[in-house]
Amino acid sequence: MTDTTPSGTPPESPRRAPHFVSQEPWDPYVADKLTAEQERYYMAGQWKLMWWRFRRHKPAVVSMVFLLLMYFSTLISEFIAPYDLHTRHSRYIFAAPQSVHLFHEGTFLGPFVYGLKMERDPATLQRIYSADTTKPQPLRFFCLGDSYEFWGLIEGRFHFVCPPEDGTIFLLGTDRLGRDMFSRIVYAARISLTIGVIGIALSFTLALILGGLAGYYGGWIDSIVQRLTEIIKSFPHLPLWLALSAALPVTWSPLLVYFGITIILALLDWPGLGRAVRSKLLSLREEDYAAAAQMMGAKPARIIGRHLLPGFMSHLIASATLSIPSMILAETALSFLGLGLRPPITSWGVLLNEATDINVVAVNWWLMLPVVPVILVILAYQFMGDGMRDAADPYA
Amino acid sequence: MLHFIARRVLLMIPTLFVISALVYFIIDLPPGDCVTSQIEELLARGDPDAHQRAEELRELYGLNLPLWHRYLDWVAGIFRWDFGLSCQDTVPVADLISERMLLTIVMETCTIAFIWIVSFVIGVYAATHQYRWGDYVASFIGFIGLSIPNFLLALVLLYVGKVYFGLSIGGLMDPEYIDKPLSWGKVVSVMEHLIIPVVVIGMSGTAGMIRRLRANLLDELQKQYVVTGRAKGLPPMRLLVKYPLRHAINPFVADIGGLLPDVISGSVIVSVVLSLPTTGPMLLSALKTQDVNLAATFLLFVAVLTVIGMLISDLALAALDPRIRFGASAEK
Repeated sequence: MTDTTPSGTPPESPRRAPHFVSQEPWDPYVADKLTAEQERYYMAGQWKLMWWRFRRHKPAVVSMVFLLLMYFSTLISEFIAPYDLHTRHSRYIFAAPQSVHLFHEGTFLGPFVYGLKMERDPATLQRIYSADTTKPQPLRFFCLGDSYEFWGLIEGRFHFVCPPEDGTIFLLGTDRLGRDMFSRIVYAARISLTIGVIGIALSFTLALILGGLAGYYGGWIDSIVQRLTEIIKSFPHLPLWLALSAALPVTWSPLLVYFGITIILALLDWPGLGRAVRSKLLSLREEDYAAAAQMMGAKPARIIGRHLLPGFMSHLIASATLSIPSMILAETALSFLGLGLRPPITSWGVLLNEATDINVVAVNWWLMLPVVPVILVILAYQFMGDGMRDAADPYA
Repeated sequence: MLHFIARRVLLMIPTLFVISALVYFIIDLPPGDCVTSQIEELLARGDPDAHQRAEELRELYGLNLPLWHRYLDWVAGIFRWDFGLSCQDTVPVADLISERMLLTIVMETCTIAFIWIVSFVIGVYAATHQYRWGDYVASFIGFIGLSIPNFLLALVLLYVGKVYFGLSIGGLMDPEYIDKPLSWGKVVSVMEHLIIPVVVIGMSGTAGMIRRLRANLLDELQKQYVVTGRAKGLPPMRLLVKYPLRHAINPFVADIGGLLPDVISGSVIVSVVLSLPTTGPMLLSALKTQDVNLAATFLLFVAVLTVIGMLISDLALAALDPRIRFGASAEK
């Protein structure tokens, strides 16, 4: 370093201007100084940018919160549902929904229900339930009720809300065996919501492997995979799904059937994602960094997994999210038709299977209620998927 | 052009072969056969000849033959319009399904036509009236159509029709026309009953098409040649129809290939819900009872419909777009 402080060296000649060198440390980026706000933005990682972008899409955020709540509820279904999945109330068959009241004859009592009285219509022998409005039955909260095995492991009797002492609480009515619809819908969420996620995980894996092979190697592998996807994509899915799930042996246990159905759903779902993987890989493998990795002796699995996939993973996740609803719907449709899951495993589709006879439903409309969570979840997934797709490319 | 068509038709044959073999195999996969359940019923009733009867039935249906033999028999029969015997009531499959197939084709053609006409009109309107209330209404309808699954919609409509209007919307014709020869009254009756299933099945397809046509047309309308044309005083209608619309309609025609599998899937489940006399309900019961010949015939029929639909869409596209037409003939 040359020490050329202007004060230390006297001027050699009065005509020449002093040689001035600033002592301040030199900052090459002084010209484009960033504000704190800009800095935060430019220094943020890819995922953080996506999250910011996602946050701007309000319906997507609301949907995400809704879905998180739904999934959280599946962790503690036993606690939320007032009754067990299979508890039968033979005295209350096709009971109408009971409503929760707060005021009894003008006085505030807290949440309570009125007891149900059953009569038979003398002409049609139809059961008619009427509320006995003389005696309010207050609900109990955080209480002991039906016993259950939490996750099939721990026994418990603790519920969020229990029926009143020697009373009932059928928020959404009961079905033909007198089982509480609300409890059944809560329990069924566990199956309906997980089948979409597990199915998409399987189809995602298939798409990565097959699409990856096709896109990276090209050649005959590519053309085989291409023909396969074309055939699968061009054939209507529902009839094939029906045929495949009819092929599941009747002797299988319900749990095996559950996994069988998931695999069947995934088998026909992967081509869409697989195509995306293939076309992206086809273009990305020509990039210089891919060639560099290859020359340094990286194995294909490493090149694909480490260098190529992260480049479009966010897109893949967004499109996978958008295809979860179709999985949930497919399962609902199969179970609704009686070829999907079998009792005692209960999903929303299995519940809707009871609603196939429209004459029964016309009298007992609450049998149709499992439609509501299905539509809400589908809508939420669609909004969230839209938001994720917009956010997937934060630099756009 | 001829070369193009010939190539497409030739490609259809192996595809159909693969699908039919796969389907036949899958349906036969579960243990037991269609006789098993009938025999169990006989046994439960205490019929002493049950086992002998079972053997007779198996002989009749050829179930003792190996799978490949039965498959080849079935395929050979197809060319004579003979699809083997249905296991349920020992009737030739061909007799059971002809009318159902016809009604299915009618219903699906109507659905496709519905989707095209409605989404074309609404899509063009929405694109030319962007951000007016009509556009918002169209987007809203599109959104609802995309998000409500059609069989649930059918179920809800069925319920609403039953409870509030007291009508049953099941079936495809008035009861007095069932099993009657074709007449004008019958056609009218079928058309009346078709409206609800067609709207329900076509809902999601229409919604998707509206969105795509609107987006494509909007892209095209922002291009400079449109501005130039408008500046030079072309009448608005001519300006719209002559170039931008022709451009935007290409993907619209190409999409029929993607639309058809959805429409067929939708029609299967919707016709089960509405209990229409089409292929859906019978396919379901055939699959449940392992009636291999019947189910395989239905599935093959579905495959043939799809493949032909794709062919038509390709041909329409080729007729519409010279690039595809000449690209295909340049390949040879």
